[in-house]
Amino acid sequence: MSQNILELKNINKSFGAAKVLKDVSFELQPAEVHALVGGNGAGKSTLMKIMTGVYTKDSGEIIINGEHKEIHNTNDAKANGIAMIFQEMSLVPTLSIMENIFLGNELKKGAFRDVAAMKKRTREVLEELGLDLNPDTRVSELSVGLTQMVEIAKAVSKDVQILIFDEPSAALSDQETARLFEIIRQLKDKGVSMVYISHRMNEILEICDRVSILRDGQNVITEETANLTMEKIVAYMLGDANSGHQFEWIPRDYDKKGSDVLEVKNLKINEKLDDISFSLKKGEILGFAGLMGSGRTEIMETLFGIRRPEKGEILVGGQKVHSKSPAEAVKNGFGLVPENRRREGLVLIHSVRENAILPVSTRYTKNKIFNDDRRINQVVTDNIQDLGVKTSDMNQEIGLLSGGNQQKIVIAKWLNSDPRILMFDEPTAGVDIGAKGEIIKIIRKYADEGGSVLFASSEIAEMLAICDRIITLFDGKITGEFRREDISTEEELQNAIQRK
Amino acid sequence: MQSKESKKKIQLSKYMVYIVFVIVFIFFAIILNKKGFVNPTNLLNILRQTAMVSIMAVAGVFVLGAGQIDLTVGSNAAMSAMIASLILQETGSIILAIIACLAFGIGIGCINGLLVTRLRLPAFLATLGMMQAVRGLAMWITNTAAVPISNNTFNQIFGTGFIGPISVLILWTIVFYILGYIVFNKTTFGKHSLATGGNETAARYSGIRVDRIKMYVFMLSGALSAFAGILYAGRMQSGRYSFGDGDEMSVIAAVVLGGASMAGGTGSMIGALVGSILMGMISNALILAGLTSAQQKIVNGLIIIAAVALSNLAQRRKKN
Repeated sequence: MSQNILELKNINKSFGAAKVLKDVSFELQPAEVHALVGGNGAGKSTLMKIMTGVYTKDSGEIIINGEHKEIHNTNDAKANGIAMIFQEMSLVPTLSIMENIFLGNELKKGAFRDVAAMKKRTREVLEELGLDLNPDTRVSELSVGLTQMVEIAKAVSKDVQILIFDEPSAALSDQETARLFEIIRQLKDKGVSMVYISHRMNEILEICDRVSILRDGQNVITEETANLTMEKIVAYMLGDANSGHQFEWIPRDYDKKGSDVLEVKNLKINEKLDDISFSLKKGEILGFAGLMGSGRTEIMETLFGIRRPEKGEILVGGQKVHSKSPAEAVKNGFGLVPENRRREGLVLIHSVRENAILPVSTRYTKNKIFNDDRRINQVVTDNIQDLGVKTSDMNQEIGLLSGGNQQKIVIAKWLNSDPRILMFDEPTAGVDIGAKGEIIKIIRKYADEGGSVLFASSEIAEMLAICDRIITLFDGKITGEFRREDISTEEELQNAIQRK
Repeated sequence: MQSKESKKKIQLSKYMVYIVFVIVFIFFAIILNKKGFVNPTNLLNILRQTAMVSIMAVAGVFVLGAGQIDLTVGSNAAMSAMIASLILQETGSIILAIIACLAFGIGIGCINGLLVTRLRLPAFLATLGMMQAVRGLAMWITNTAAVPISNNTFNQIFGTGFIGPISVLILWTIVFYILGYIVFNKTTFGKHSLATGGNETAARYSGIRVDRIKMYVFMLSGALSAFAGILYAGRMQSGRYSFGDGDEMSVIAAVVLGGASMAGGTGSMIGALVGSILMGMISNALILAGLTSAQQKIVNGLIIIAAVALSNLAQRRKKN
């Protein structure tokens, strides 16, 4: 047993009433690449945050190299040689590679920085990883892939023994991913242990020695990769009850023979996202299923005038449209509930009321000049009631509401503007389970009343509950199209989005 | 939820400027009692002297609310006063003088706006450069010579006149604050300015043309600073390149004192008025106290820092 470099035993963690981790145990051997798999909310990131000291466990043991350890904060984790490569890069783009690697523990000669020594060490680290980079290059000049390599170099420079990767390949091209795998293998040869979190099964099968699968805060199984297949992993992830039981599919009726509200023809957005064609009927809910980085967000952003397509046509109600800005897209009948609610969806320091009427405030005016406060108040009061928003009153600062209630206001602002096509990009991210169900109902109702919906989510259960039709995407290409009634299980769709 | 607590704190920061105003007023009223600080003539004098900064601060609320900054206002006022005095000297037409001034101010605002929205310059640098250029223009046009204004009607309407005991400058201030209040609070333009400053991305994603909003706030600021220049010309019965020197800082301080954040997204019209009167009151008191102009500058600076720090503290407490 003592051969494990790290053991987590019976870890428990709750947030308020929600038990996120239930007696989870996890073992990591020296020079092992260990995959951690599970659906959203299964507890993967909570477990990793406990290892890296971002959260502290409620109970359980952490044993490193046979010794009991407590990890109270990120410095404790560092002292034990644990480092994490973040999804969101944690480098300062305006500083050089060398400056980033030594940020916070610069080598010194007396009172001054010892640049020569730092440069030498940086070269060594880069060389070890087989990276041909100049230590003086600014990080902002590097590609996403190389930036990630530098991040790894930064971790490795500090005598790391356990390295955690969180969805490292999401933003990488195939070539860059291959490079990443090379580096992972080199680190493994040097005896570094790694935890690899990913939704991409073929990567896991390629690079990992063992796989641990979490579901509903419990470790379902830890198994040698050699004994697993993609289908088996998916089956373990979902369990027999199929975690989607709280979202039930209700077959919907809409005019399947009607004319297309939206038609997209051969859209090319960038080198990766090419030849996207699809259509959408009145009252239809069309889902985009795909992994992170598959292009779901980019397609919606292009329709919404945030990105410019390089080629292709967008037709709304048979008319060609070129939306050069969100303002024009709104005029052309689009609305977007964006992926990042706090950054793109809301003015957090403003009230519920101001946010709810933001896109439509010009509509509620007297003599086209003055705000019609009475009507606005009525509209927002109705929103709060119809959507079940929990807020003390409409003048409450929206930043103080819970994620689910914030999201309902983002949706309300588009319902108020009455678009023909409403797009939802991960609308239930960071939203509690109760609000999730309500949001799904709201979307369904909007479509039942004749609106058309584009829906993207990384939660398969949710997609199956709400979509009439699903298009699968992989690395910027459409790889399949299914009618909802032809998909009988979550596994089918999970497997479909893994295929090129 | 936490609403009751947090609401109380929000109110505290919102009313900070009024609390500071009352405290400062009482303080000066007591220690400068014998020098006639609370004398009605002196109080009206304070209002009269702050009229220009107050009026520029009306636009300042929109500018800072939209997350921008406009440093050209003082230079604009000077150049506008030069234009007014020169046109009155040449043609004697008041209407023409006003139109030319406003057109100039809006033009400068337009250039500021284009620099920010098209060339993507930070507003601070764009308007810093324009501030210097316009001030230079005001010096160059008459080779730094002052231009007297002999048109009495003009001087009466825009500077020296009184209706009863009330200076026309005070009346102009009232007019602009009523208009400013209505536009800021009762129209979509006011709300869209705040949304642009509060979260530009979210505003853009809501279909608001944020670049257009920025253009408008700079043009508004240009127009009102040009009007302030007309008032400077009327009050001093002349045009002088040095008018409005340092006003940009007074305007920003007044608007921030009034509850606006330099980061954008907040602001209050009444707060800005009280903020500019507070600033005027402080300078007036320092003169009455017999401080030299050098000492006045020092104390003025320290008081601005203290007042803004105080309102910042109140805001930070709200966040925690």
